[in-house]
Amino acid sequence: MCIYVLDQSSAYDFYVNKLGFKVHTDAPMGEGARWLTVTPPEQPELEITLFLVAEGGMFDKETVGTMTHLIKKGTFGAAVFTCHDLLATYEELSAKGVVFKKVPTKEFYGYEALFTDDSGNWFSLAQIES
Amino acid sequence: MEQYEKMYLYKRIVQAKLFIDSHFSENIDVSNIADEACFSKYHFIRLFKSIYGKTPHNYLTKVRIDQAKLLLTEGKAIIDVCFQIGFDSPTSFTAVFKKLAGKTPSAFQNDQKIKQQAIRVNPLSAVPNCFAESHGYIKK
Repeated sequence: MCIYVLDQSSAYDFYVNKLGFKVHTDAPMGEGARWLTVTPPEQPELEITLFLVAEGGMFDKETVGTMTHLIKKGTFGAAVFTCHDLLATYEELSAKGVVFKKVPTKEFYGYEALFTDDSGNWFSLAQIES
Repeated sequence: MEQYEKMYLYKRIVQAKLFIDSHFSENIDVSNIADEACFSKYHFIRLFKSIYGKTPHNYLTKVRIDQAKLLLTEGKAIIDVCFQIGFDSPTSFTAVFKKLAGKTPSAFQNDQKIKQQAIRVNPLSAVPNCFAESHGYIKK
C-alpha cells in the first residue's frame, strides 16, 4: 500500500509518533530520496510506503504541482483503519494532536470517525464490532 | 448525561495510557498509574483492560520492550538498554524480551545489524522492483 506524502520527515512523525505505527524500512536511496515504510502496530504484515511527491521518476513538475494541490485539498481518502475502541482511540489521537474531520459518530454501518494526516490525506477510523 | 460520564472515564483511562507511554522508563507501577488516573487500583485495571485488551502492567511491559527493540536496532549496548527502559536486572530483561519478541536481545540485535548491513550494501533490496523501476531508482 502506498500513501503519497508532501514531507517524509513530517510524515514519519505523524505515522510513528502520533499514530503509533512501527518503522519497517527507512533507507536512503541517494540524491535525497528515502524509502520509508511503516506498519500498523497490530498488523505488521501490512507494509505502507510513505512516498514523497517530488520531481523525478514518474512525477514531472506539473504532476507534482497537481498532486500537491489535491493532497492538500483533502481529495484523497487513503484507507480505513480499525481499532478495538473508537472513543478511546479518538481521545488518544486527539491528545496527540491528530486533527479529526469527523468525531466518532454512529452510522448505519457502525461507529466511525475521520482524521487527516499531516499532508492532507484522510482516513476512516472504524471500530471492530465484537 | 450518561454519554458525558462515559467520555470523562475514557479521558482518564487514555490519560493513564499516555502517562505510561511517556514515563515507561521510570520506576512506575500500577498504583502510580491508577493514582494518575484518579481511580482505585482494581477499578482502573478492569477499565484499562476492557479498553486496551491488556492489563496496565502488561501494556507497560509491551511499551518497554518496543522501546528496547528501537534502542537495540540503533546499536545500543544491551545492558544500557535494560536500565534505560526501566528494568532492574539484565536477567529479567532478557527473559521478558525473549518471551515477547521470540528471541534474545542479542539475537534480535544481530538480526537487525544484518538487515541494516544488507540495505546499506544494496538499498534496492528493500524496494519492490516495479516501484524501483517506475520511480526511477533503476533503469528499465
